[in-house]
Amino acid sequence: MKIRRLPLLALLLVTSSSVLAGVLPEDRADVLYHLYDGGGVAIDGPSILVRKKVGKSLSVVGNYYVDMVSSASIDVITTASPYTEERKQWSLGVDYLHANTTMRVNYTSSEESDYDAETIAFSVSQDMFGDLTTLTLGYALGDDLVRRSDDASFERQLDRQIYSIGLTQILTKNLISTLNFETVTDEGFLNNPYRSVRYFDAGSALGYSYEPELYPNTRTSNALGLRARYFLPYRAAIEGEYRFFIDTWDIEGHTASLTYIHPWRDFTFTGKFRYHNQTGAHFYRDIFSRSEATNFRGRDKELSPLTSYTFKLKASYEFLNDDGNDWGFIKKASVTASIDMLHVDYDDFSDLTAAAPLGSEPLYQLDADIFQVFFSFWY
Amino acid sequence: MKFRPIGRHLLALLLIVGLSGCGSIEPWVKPYERDKLADPIMALDSDAVSTSYIQHVYEAREGARGGEGAAGGGCGCN
Repeated sequence: MKIRRLPLLALLLVTSSSVLAGVLPEDRADVLYHLYDGGGVAIDGPSILVRKKVGKSLSVVGNYYVDMVSSASIDVITTASPYTEERKQWSLGVDYLHANTTMRVNYTSSEESDYDAETIAFSVSQDMFGDLTTLTLGYALGDDLVRRSDDASFERQLDRQIYSIGLTQILTKNLISTLNFETVTDEGFLNNPYRSVRYFDAGSALGYSYEPELYPNTRTSNALGLRARYFLPYRAAIEGEYRFFIDTWDIEGHTASLTYIHPWRDFTFTGKFRYHNQTGAHFYRDIFSRSEATNFRGRDKELSPLTSYTFKLKASYEFLNDDGNDWGFIKKASVTASIDMLHVDYDDFSDLTAAAPLGSEPLYQLDADIFQVFFSFWY
Repeated sequence: MKFRPIGRHLLALLLIVGLSGCGSIEPWVKPYERDKLADPIMALDSDAVSTSYIQHVYEAREGARGGEGAAGGGCGCN
């Protein structure tokens, strides 16, 4: 089971061009290879995104994305067996431009052996105040089906709705900012059907045993994000971002990042540092006092209190531009490579692979490298 | 803490903004003064295919989601 939050991707595809509501997005194709490698998990695959105008008022976008997963993560090796799996996702969207208003609709479908997801997303953007301000409203509806690979009769529903409002504002000749608010409501089967929690068990040789996790059937989250990008005097840009997150599971998160973008000849270099800190869900425990100790229980480390740090380096090279070329209909092309080095410190998630006595296990830490290489073509 | 769907409130806000005669406000940054903002290095989301992927990773590795104006899909794998 790998996908949970598919509607957010659909919402991205209907809001990502919100800065230019009065202009259709450029005709462009991207072919990307991604690799996540860390914590015993390797996930790689392609993502292909193609966008093309049809007439003066329509732009069509399609995306095909694959995750090929090979997992021997700490969760898997402590309670299950390593596995490999594949997830395929595709989406199709249309932008319609009328005067200063852009309306978008996007459909996304994802399939894997034990999880299917469908999402439909809508958004409308309006340019105002001499195109200094763009207001975007979005709505997405997700319909997921959760299954178990070891139980053909197991089938659970998960419904999700996303409401978003975004405001992009040109503040000065050198400064642009954007404010986004997003509410997500989930209803249905939210826990992982394979994951277990552990509890004290004096009858066990280890001192503890496992039982299936059990989550609430609803979750509502609110997130407020603010970004601002400033053009420096010597043709470079700096961006700051902050996000506040809170949900009905008592997770409160703060995320901040600082980005520096520096062009040089046909290259563009980017460096970014990102920090994230969160509290844990109210039903999360590293170990429970006994079996069925609480109404809801989980040991998903992503729902535990944690702090993550990411350092990103990215370089882009434009190997073809508008200055006359014989590439036919292709006007511009670039190649980009990036690495994100992610480190996560978990405040309340023990590393059970350390084989330490109960109560003295070290806290788990995760290091992962995330590689991306992609070619982009404008036509 | 209670949360309610905000769709109706958003619609009301859009209508208020739309009816408020916003076209009468004088732009304080003229179109001919926006050359720096039009530079590709000022694009808030210059590579959508990459942004959606990396958001996808963060949503799988952290408990928070959304609010970044460019949220990705999710991989909740263990």
